[in-house]
Amino acid sequence: MGLVTAITAEAAQDLPRVRDRADVVRQVKLVVVMAVVTALLVFFALTVDNSHVQFVLGERVTVDSPPKELPAHPVLWVSAVVAAVGTVLAAANRIPRDWRGVVVYLLVGLAFYAGFIVWAYSDQSGSFQSSIANPLPGTIRIATPLVLGALAGCMCERAGVINIAIEGQFLMGAFFASVAASLAFNAYMGLVGAILAGVGMAALLAVFALRYLVNQVVLGVVLIALATGLTSFLLSQIPGDPAIKQYFNEPPRLDTIAIPGLSQIPVVGEALFNQTALVYLMYVSVVVVAFVLFQTKWGLRVRSVGEHPKAADTVGIKVNRVRWQAVLFGGVFAGLGGAYYTVGSTGAFDREVSAGNGFIALAAVIMGRWHPLGATAAAVFFGFMWNLQSQLSFVDKIPSQLLGMTPYLATIIAVAGFVGRVRPPAADGEPYVKS
Amino acid sequence: MTDKPEPDAAEPDAETHARAESVGQGADLRSPVTWLPTVKVTAAAILLALVVGALLIVVSDREVIEAAGYFFDYPWDFFKFAGEAIWESYRALVLGAVGSGAALSQTLERAAPLICAGLGVSLAFRAGMFNIGAQGQLIIGAVCAGFVGFTFDLPIGLHLLLALVAGVAGGALWGAIAGYLKAQTGAHEVITTIMLNYVASSTLLYLLTKDAFQRPGSDNPRSLPVDDSATFPMLFGFHSGVLVAIAVAVVAWWLLERTTLGFEMRAVGANADAARTAGMSVRKVYTLTMLIAGGLAGLAAVQQILGHHDSLTANVAGSLGFDAITVALLGRATPLGTVLAGLLFGALASGGIQMQASEAATPVELTQVLQALIVLFVAAPALVRGVLRMKESGGGATVMAKGWGS
Repeated sequence: MGLVTAITAEAAQDLPRVRDRADVVRQVKLVVVMAVVTALLVFFALTVDNSHVQFVLGERVTVDSPPKELPAHPVLWVSAVVAAVGTVLAAANRIPRDWRGVVVYLLVGLAFYAGFIVWAYSDQSGSFQSSIANPLPGTIRIATPLVLGALAGCMCERAGVINIAIEGQFLMGAFFASVAASLAFNAYMGLVGAILAGVGMAALLAVFALRYLVNQVVLGVVLIALATGLTSFLLSQIPGDPAIKQYFNEPPRLDTIAIPGLSQIPVVGEALFNQTALVYLMYVSVVVVAFVLFQTKWGLRVRSVGEHPKAADTVGIKVNRVRWQAVLFGGVFAGLGGAYYTVGSTGAFDREVSAGNGFIALAAVIMGRWHPLGATAAAVFFGFMWNLQSQLSFVDKIPSQLLGMTPYLATIIAVAGFVGRVRPPAADGEPYVKS
Repeated sequence: MTDKPEPDAAEPDAETHARAESVGQGADLRSPVTWLPTVKVTAAAILLALVVGALLIVVSDREVIEAAGYFFDYPWDFFKFAGEAIWESYRALVLGAVGSGAALSQTLERAAPLICAGLGVSLAFRAGMFNIGAQGQLIIGAVCAGFVGFTFDLPIGLHLLLALVAGVAGGALWGAIAGYLKAQTGAHEVITTIMLNYVASSTLLYLLTKDAFQRPGSDNPRSLPVDDSATFPMLFGFHSGVLVAIAVAVVAWWLLERTTLGFEMRAVGANADAARTAGMSVRKVYTLTMLIAGGLAGLAAVQQILGHHDSLTANVAGSLGFDAITVALLGRATPLGTVLAGLLFGALASGGIQMQASEAATPVELTQVLQALIVLFVAAPALVRGVLRMKESGGGATVMAKGWGS
C-alpha cells in the first residue's frame, strides 16, 4: 500500500510537467483571444477623443431616468487592465479550472463589453446624443423564443429523435397563436393555440420518425418546408377585409406584468421581472426541463432511450412510447416559442415571421451540447448579441450590416475554436425497431 | 463508453447500404427490377400529395365554402364548385408548367439553378455531410458573378466565362470554409453552414450600400444589371445556362461513380472511421466535398444572375438554397434523381404562377406545400404503400446523413 501511495504521489508531482498537446493548444488559443481583446481595448482607449458618454440604467431614456455622465477614459483603461491581467494569467497557465476560472472569463468578457460599448457610444457626431442603455431587458425578450425552441430540441434529441424542424414548429405556433388569440379576443388563448400547434407538429415528427422510420434529417427539413408553405397558404386565404381579418389575424398582444417586489430590484429587476407571461413561462420551462430530464425517473428513461435503446428495452422500458412522450412534451415549448413572434411581440402573423430563428435554436442545442442549461446559455448569448446589434444601430460608428454578422461569426469562432467536436446522444436519429 | 450498440446499429446500416447500391450508386438502369419500385413509390407520392393539395384547394375556395353553408339543402353545388376549383387549379398548374413553349422554357430556366444547387447538397450528403449552407454559397457566388458581370467591360465570350468562373469560385470558397473547419476542428457543418448563411446575407447587404455595387446616382440597395456580354445566350427560347446545368449533372455523376475522389466521398459518407482505417484522408474529403458543393451552389447563383440580366439585390437568392435541400432529398442524393427532382420543382414553380392567375385564384404557396408533401411521402414509402394498398417492398429509400455524425 505504502509503495502504491508513493508512486501515485510521485506521478501526481510529475503531472504538471508533461502536458497534453491538446491542452497546450487550448492555452495558446486562450492567450491569443485574450491578447486580441486587450489590444482592442487599448486601441479603443487611444482612439476616443471626448471622454463624455451618457448612460441610463433602464432600457431607454425617460423623464424619470435622465441620462447620466460616464467618464469614458477611466472605464476603457480599467477594462484594458482587466483584460491584460487575464492575458498574463492565461500565458502563465494560472487560470483555475473550476468556478474561479469561469469568473475570470466572465470578468474579461464584461471588460470587453464595457470597453466596446463605451467606445461605440463615444464621439457621436450628430446633435442628438444616444445613451448607453441596459442590455438585459432586450436580451431576455429576444432570447425567449430561442430558449424555448432549444428546450424543445433538447427534449427530442435526448430521447434519440433529431429535431431540425424547430423552425417549422415556431411558424405553426406563431400562426395558430395569432388565430386563436384573434378568435378569442384574448392573448392568453393564443398561448393555448400555440401549444396545440407545436404539439401537432411534434406529433407529425413523431409519427413519421417513429412509425414510418423516415430519415429524421430529411423529415426535419421537409416539415419546415411544409410549415412554411402551409402558413403562407393559410395566411393568403385570410381576406384583407378588416371586418373578417380581425377574427383571424389581429390578435391582442400579451401585456407586460411587473412582479411586485422583484421588479423593484435595481438594474436586473426591471429586466427580468417586468416582462410578459411568455417570458415567465420561459423561466419556468428551463427549470422544468432541466429538472425533469435529470431528476426524475421519466427523465432517466428519456435519456436512456436516447443513448442505448436496446438496453432500455431490455429492462422493460417501452422505447417508442417514451420517445413519443418526449417529442410531444418538447412540442409544447417549441409552440410557445412560436407564440413569441405574434402575440408575444408584434401581434399579427406575417409570412416566415420567425425568419430562420428556429435554426439558431438548433445551433444553440448543439452548442449547449444537448444539455438544457447549456442550450439556454447559448440561446441567451444570441439574444444578447442581437440586442446589442439593434441598440448599436442608433450609433453610426460601425455599419449595421457588419455588426449584424457578428453573432454568427462569434458562433463560428466559438464552435470551431473552443467547442470543437461534440458528442450527441448515442442513438440520436436512429429509429428503434424491436427485433 | 466504447460499447456502441453494434447489433442494431449494424443492421440499418447494411440495409441502407444495400438500398444505396440498388438505387443510388449508378444502379443498373437497364433492369427495371432495380428502379421500378422507386418510380412507383415516387409516382404514388406525387399522386397522394396532389390529393392533399386538392383538399386544401377545396377548403380555401370561396364558392365552395359558401356552398358548404347550404350543403344539406343542395349538396350538388358543393361538389360542383369543389370539382371546378380543383380542375381549374390543377389545369392551370400543368399548363403553366408544360402547356406551351414559353411555359416549358420557364420551367427549364427555373429548374436549372435548383438542379445545380441541389447537386451541391447531394454531393455533400453522399460524403455524410448535411450542407444547409447552399443559401450562403449562392449569395456569395451571386456577389462575385454579379460584380464581374456589371463592373468590367470585356469581349462577349470572355466576359461570360470570367463571370461564371468568379461565381463558381466564390461559392466554392464559401463552402470550403465549412468543410475546412469540420476537417480541422470538428466544428459541426450544420452550425457553421447556418451561421455562414447569415454572414453571407449580411455581407451582401453591406456591399449593396457601397458605391462599387450601387447604381450610380441611386441610394437603393440595388446594383446595375449585368452587361449583355456576360449573360447566357438564348437558345430555343431558354438561356443556355440550362444546358450547363445538365452538363454539370453528368459531370457530377462521373465524379461520384467513376473517380477516386468520388469513391472516397462515398466511403467517408458510408463510414468515416472505416474510410480512415482504409487509409483515406477524411479531412481532405470533407474539405474538397464542401468546396465542390459550394462551387455547384455558386453555379446556381450564376444561372440566376447571368440568366436574366438580373441586378444584384438583397433577395437575389430567394429561397433557392433551401429548396435545393428538398430537391436533393427528393432526388435521393443521386445526380439523375436531382435533375428529375429539379425539373419537377421547376415545373411546380412555373405552374404555380399560372395557377394563381387562374379563375380559381389558388395561391402560389400551394406549390410549396405540394413540394414538401411529395418529399415527405417519398421518404415514407411504408405510408404510401399502406394508403394505396401497394404490395411490393423496396424502393423509396433515402440515403445519407444518418444522424449528427461526428
